[in-house]
Amino acid sequence: MMTTMLKVLGRGVLGLAGAGMMAAVAAAPAAADESTGARIDWGPYKVGDVRSGYTYAGAQTRAMQDDEFQNPAFLWLERGMDIWDTVEGEAGKACADCHGDAEESMAGVATRYPIYFEDWGKLMNIEQRINWCRETQMRAEPFAWESDDLLGITAFVKNQSKGMAVDVAIDGPAAPFFEMGKDFYQTRRGQLDLACTHCHVDNPGNLIRAEILSQGQVNGFPTYRLKWQTVGSLHRRFRGCNKNIRAEPFPYGSDEYVNLELYTSWRGNGLPVESPSVRK
Amino acid sequence: MATIRPRVKAPRKASAGEVVEIKTLINHSMESGQRKDKDGNPIPRQIIHRFEAQFNGQEFFAVDLQPAISANPYLSFFAKLEESGEFTFRWHDDDGSVYEETKSVEVT
Repeated sequence: MMTTMLKVLGRGVLGLAGAGMMAAVAAAPAAADESTGARIDWGPYKVGDVRSGYTYAGAQTRAMQDDEFQNPAFLWLERGMDIWDTVEGEAGKACADCHGDAEESMAGVATRYPIYFEDWGKLMNIEQRINWCRETQMRAEPFAWESDDLLGITAFVKNQSKGMAVDVAIDGPAAPFFEMGKDFYQTRRGQLDLACTHCHVDNPGNLIRAEILSQGQVNGFPTYRLKWQTVGSLHRRFRGCNKNIRAEPFPYGSDEYVNLELYTSWRGNGLPVESPSVRK
Repeated sequence: MATIRPRVKAPRKASAGEVVEIKTLINHSMESGQRKDKDGNPIPRQIIHRFEAQFNGQEFFAVDLQPAISANPYLSFFAKLEESGEFTFRWHDDDGSVYEETKSVEVT
């Protein structure tokens, strides 16, 4: 818990001991303190044996996610909200001109992606879908990967499915890509010669140095990561993992990572969409 | 992010003598001045170094922030309300800019 405490101190919540200052602690599914060893009812964050990264996070981190005001990712989400209504490109359109009210049109979208996209003959994730729309429909410049704009609009779109269960399709045309993602997940790589499975299937809940390994569920991306002090995409996380095992990371939006995104999303089928989540 | 956007959560209505919680959040990189860019040149410090909260022109809460505080600082504090009025919140940036947000509250 100590590291989480320090992070919170760093955000200026507890560090400023002014009169009457207090960290807001939201009562989440976590009713019991894990230090007591009591079993915690994780509610929707645990489906069978599948546990969201939320259940591995410290109490303060969870409280930050539970309070939409405190969650800094909502600064990005608000930016996405503005982009939704902003007319750009030669076609003179905004997202809202075709898709109307995002609350209706985008509800459930995040539970299905990545999907098989026929024109490409391969998978497409939400970031790619947004940029495809911008280029093809709006005739505007696509957003750069990891730009605040792309993170903002992705967080906004995915947030419309918040609480809905992830349910990606792995049959039909998506099947071969799912297999490729699965292969990637199980292949040893890098100087440490580790596959994703070695940490996230064999050892969730165990320590890797000082950190608790999670199952590597992806239902909360884009996520505000305290280490990054900003919002980041799933592919940034993939790149970080690959670098940690001393492997060459793949580019953002590469086929390898989108296939892996389908496989990792499928592992978490049934978990609620949490975007934008907060993680350490 | 380029545009600075303060967020404030304060009640619109309160009863006299009530203690209310106010939450504030602002997006800011809080560049500490300790880091270097890719070429090894120091990145100059740029943080929000002071936050002030006023009620009807009278300051009731203020903080000096330091370089070790993380990006996007969140502050929560309390105020005891006796009369209706307006909150003014100011964030002072190292570059001289001041970001301001106001909220009015009706006390019954």
